[in-house]
Amino acid sequence: MASEEAIRRIFKEFVGPIYQKPPVRSSVKREVRIRTIYSLEVLEISQNHVLFHTSCQGGTYIRKICYDIGEVLGCGAHMRELRRTRTGPFVEDRSLTTLQTLSDACSKWLKEGNEEEVRHIVRPMEDCLKFIPKIYLRDSAVDAICHGASLAVPGVVSLESDIKANDEVALFTQKGEVVALAKAAMATDDILNFDHGIAAKSERVLMSPGTYPRMWQTRKTENDKG
Amino acid sequence: MATPPWEITRSLLAKASEETDPKYGCTPENRSFRNHLRYGVINLDKPPGPTSHEVVAWVKRIMNIERAGHGGTLEI
Repeated sequence: MASEEAIRRIFKEFVGPIYQKPPVRSSVKREVRIRTIYSLEVLEISQNHVLFHTSCQGGTYIRKICYDIGEVLGCGAHMRELRRTRTGPFVEDRSLTTLQTLSDACSKWLKEGNEEEVRHIVRPMEDCLKFIPKIYLRDSAVDAICHGASLAVPGVVSLESDIKANDEVALFTQKGEVVALAKAAMATDDILNFDHGIAAKSERVLMSPGTYPRMWQTRKTENDKG
Repeated sequence: MATPPWEITRSLLAKASEETDPKYGCTPENRSFRNHLRYGVINLDKPPGPTSHEVVAWVKRIMNIERAGHGGTLEI
């Protein structure tokens, strides 16, 4: 069995960028990729059980970290239990709802017509995007985006700092509604300084077309003339 | 080392000044109940055991809705 000192030492080595090959049973291609471990903290050691807390990049396999730490230790290790305490903006707070709470709230809604509790449990989808950089649109640009168009620079009213080309961004109305997810084609400073060009390419439209008025023209073909 | 996404602070920078027309759309908080559900998410405490897929099926039945999905985690 590995000593407590060895366990704590090896845990430190797994902080930072690590190479990881997804486990045999995984939903992604099994090739080595780099994932960043932001923190890896041993909370408790009891006989051959180790309880630890980790904060890591999306797509890190914790089961594999456990296995790999065991390999480095030489004694082998497996994951016994996992509790996810955060994913993106969602943490274990009052918004975290059990199926029982949801079921009770839905009874009040469907049997008594009281929507209040369900309305509180269900959060606006915009809550998912708390940490995604945002670009805010003119009303006149919204419907074109809803139809799948890319965002041109003149459609931008404001945007968040530190966006780099190819970053995942969210396109928002000035009312705070998400219109689409997109990939930035320019950095923040370029979007601010340029007066034309594509600022972001839409990847996933979330708002229904027709929510905002259609302000764009279809290009006329020869047949439409006259 | 790389900064976790939740620790990056961004400032809002203005490019143009334009007001939004209150006639169209609405703030997420003011959606009708129907649209609140349609464009809503639940931070659900999934019990260990059943798969996410199974839990989604239960949520659909509990809420009497046709469409629901899950995100964030595929497996551990």
